[in-house]
Amino acid sequence: MTVSELSEKCSFEIISMPNPSRQVKGCYIGDLLSWVMGRAKENEAWITIMSNINTVAVASLADVSVVILSENVKISDEIKNAAVEKGINIVSSSLPSYETAIEISGLV
Amino acid sequence: MKELSLNILDIAMNSVKAGAHKISIIIDENEKTLSIIISDDGCGMTEDFLKNAVSPFATTRTTRKVGMGLPLFKLEAEMTGGSFDIKSRHVSKYPDNHGTDVKAVFDKTSVDFTPLGDIVSTIVTLIQGSPEINWIFFHSTEKGTVSLDTDDMTAELGDVPLNYPDVLEWVKEYLTECYENIGYKFDYAL
Repeated sequence: MTVSELSEKCSFEIISMPNPSRQVKGCYIGDLLSWVMGRAKENEAWITIMSNINTVAVASLADVSVVILSENVKISDEIKNAAVEKGINIVSSSLPSYETAIEISGLV
Repeated sequence: MKELSLNILDIAMNSVKAGAHKISIIIDENEKTLSIIISDDGCGMTEDFLKNAVSPFATTRTTRKVGMGLPLFKLEAEMTGGSFDIKSRHVSKYPDNHGTDVKAVFDKTSVDFTPLGDIVSTIVTLIQGSPEINWIFFHSTEKGTVSLDTDDMTAELGDVPLNYPDVLEWVKEYLTECYENIGYKFDYAL
């Protein structure tokens, strides 16, 4: 399933979507960025509540297909712009991480 | 990172890569705050590079687009309500006084504070990896201080290299004993 299809199906709010047709395969959940950096895998959806500039960098390094910000955490325009520039898809979910993972379970 | 010691290892490796001859790691700790200052006499950074140094999209590595050591260190300090500062003097402008100073202040009472962790292993690992460098370690706490200067050791050891297994074992035991003597409590994160 593509990032854009997944977002529509789960009613995620789109924050940054420079690569809507990227495939999502699997999921990783984590907030300690240095930990996630070595563990999230390519093409996974990464669910986190961390919404700073380093989130964009870690997403780029790990090459995840989308960052799903859970619990409606806010993100600044500066970070939004950086995500678009670096080709990082970011969407937002109103649910906590666990429930967000259940939402996408079976779809990715 | 899971322990501040791992951040220290990471930042000190930048100093090694900058060709430093002398690297000091100073930890200044009281009941409320923990400050980490890592200073070196390496080649330093140009003003342009320094501006980007804490941006996660700048790096000296060519294998990836981003370098995360400094950005994460900064984030971790700020998450506790502490502060972060970096100053650098590039060799092109400061031929006699080049180097970099990184300072991070952590609020120990914050729930987001990461414990110091296994600092002894970090120091041993650094000496083992770069025995030619003069390592200065100084940790001051309210209960007393723990310190080590590898130049003092070299003066005693003569021709024996610092990365000789028995020497490294001694460093480990010495530092561990110093911490025991002042009754320092490690909060191991792992």
